[in-house]
Amino acid sequence: MPATRDGEVDFAVIQDSAEFRELRMRLRRFVFPVSALFLGWYLTYVLLAAYARSFMSIQLFGEINVGMLLGFLQFVSTGAITIWYVRFAHRKIDPVSDRIRESVESEVADG
Amino acid sequence: MTGNPTLNTVVFLAFIVITLFVVYRASHANATAADYYAAGGNFTGVQNGIALSGDFLSAASFLGISGLISVYGYDGFLYSIGWVVAWLVGLLLIAERLRNTGRFTVGDVMSYRLRQRPIRAAAATATLVISFFYMLAQMSGAGGLVALLLNVHSRTGQSLVIVVVGVVMVLYVLVGGMKGTTWVQIIKAALLMVCITMITVFLLGKFGFSLSSILRTAADNNAKGAAVLGPGTEYGASATTRLDFVSLALALVLGICSLPHVLMRFYTVPNAIQARRSVVSATWVLIVFYLCTLVVGYGAMALVGTGTILSAPGAANSAAPLLAFRIGGPVLLGLVAAVAFATILAVVAGLTLAASASFAHDIYANVIKNGTADPKTEVRVARLTAIIVGALAILGGIAVNGQNVAFLVALALALAASANLPTMLYTIFWRRFNTTGALWSIYGGLGSCLLLIVFSPLMSGTATSIFRHVDFHWFPLSNPGIVSIPLSFAFGWLGTWLSKEPADEVKQAEMEVRALTGITLTGKSGGEHRQTAS
Repeated sequence: MPATRDGEVDFAVIQDSAEFRELRMRLRRFVFPVSALFLGWYLTYVLLAAYARSFMSIQLFGEINVGMLLGFLQFVSTGAITIWYVRFAHRKIDPVSDRIRESVESEVADG
Repeated sequence: MTGNPTLNTVVFLAFIVITLFVVYRASHANATAADYYAAGGNFTGVQNGIALSGDFLSAASFLGISGLISVYGYDGFLYSIGWVVAWLVGLLLIAERLRNTGRFTVGDVMSYRLRQRPIRAAAATATLVISFFYMLAQMSGAGGLVALLLNVHSRTGQSLVIVVVGVVMVLYVLVGGMKGTTWVQIIKAALLMVCITMITVFLLGKFGFSLSSILRTAADNNAKGAAVLGPGTEYGASATTRLDFVSLALALVLGICSLPHVLMRFYTVPNAIQARRSVVSATWVLIVFYLCTLVVGYGAMALVGTGTILSAPGAANSAAPLLAFRIGGPVLLGLVAAVAFATILAVVAGLTLAASASFAHDIYANVIKNGTADPKTEVRVARLTAIIVGALAILGGIAVNGQNVAFLVALALALAASANLPTMLYTIFWRRFNTTGALWSIYGGLGSCLLLIVFSPLMSGTATSIFRHVDFHWFPLSNPGIVSIPLSFAFGWLGTWLSKEPADEVKQAEMEVRALTGITLTGKSGGEHRQTAS
């Protein structure tokens, strides 16, 4: 079924297409679990800082303690998830979303 | 401290002259609404990312967090972690979808598939309240900084300087619009990053490139000793303060990418991929920045000493300037103080722009004129609003001069997360979501958050409250986020299910497809959308 009529886009048709559903599912399958993951990890860290002070104060090397290390790891995990998402979006999301957009735009141009 | 006020003034004036010139140059093509609100969508992702980080390299974080670390140690560092992790919310859930479905304001996205007028009114109300709180936080830091920078200690003198600051900031917005304000942010962010990395490298060098030895000297120079290297010196006092900290942490991580002036920045880039790049660049800049802040904070504790910092004008906020003076003399102090002052200017300019855009675009053009306003008139209304908002910021700044900066920022973040986040996530990801749900969530979140602030110990009942001599507080926490944010999500869900109103399926399809693909062509429902930049 064409996604456009009289030069106007029928978004319901696109929304129902297998390609768009696949795009939406890929995106959700990545962003929801990963959001849960980083929020959970952040909250764990916050709760440890609030309620497990003696654990956080265990010295590891020099004056660096567990709390300091976990704090740095929050920075590291944020950087890592950022890189991970950018690679994922570049490989799995952008090509599909470009394809859908370009096919609709060319349909309008031809139509 | 014997800084040189003349030198400081010269450095600061030089910044103002240079940025005003840049703003003026940038303003030539500032005719349309798209230029004024969103810089015509012409910034690159990296430029916008630096400007975005500039919104957070504010007085509150540069002076506030390095100050907190220099006084409380680890608990100050805890703050900065929330500031970094929060960008993942923007990256994964919001930035790209927002860029694809809105034009100028948060109201654009929220009202996309819902009933325009009530939602826009609600969104604009939230934007104005949040921006006002955030602005007060920035302005309250100005007074203490003035005392340090220009050696002005009288209340009248400080007020006068706040007026000058306010006028310059309104000029940025009036002349430069979004483009000018963005350039000011970029210049400021670059200066601040150069400044703080220089200080950090110097500090590390002084301590033989050993973080451990900075930490050891810092602990030796603090009355609490080694306790400052672990959590709890500020928040560990009782069960209430611990819960308060958890609440604050939640507001930080969910609030930052819900702030209207941050969200509005995603419209200044041409497409979703550039919006993504913006968040990525901002994240990298902020990671480096907060790692430096950690060194600067403990460095100030080690070299200046917590006692000296607390007895200086501006107390904890003066840690970074004092450290700069200690290691680089009056020249470095002048530079750091001027840059810090410039951050207040730039951040408040961004806030003024967001507030005026929201009023002109959502309330004037879409609620009062019902979408038929002439774009030129709309921009005129926006400029006029900017003047009014600027005047309010000046008056507010004078009124709160000397109050603690950091807690106001935290409240603005709790308000943003409660009022904006649930509605944005629901409208993007939940098909069934409807107008009633959005109204319940926006007003419910904003209202419950404000109510809990009014009845918190911040307002009354304790020695540090705003109203010291009365006690009407019953809510134990100073940050309401842990209650109001989940409540707002629940309101949105409940409102949606309780109202009989079905979601507008045509508009929902249109919004979802645009959000994920960035299609800009007109839809069957007649949905008008941003024109492609070409």
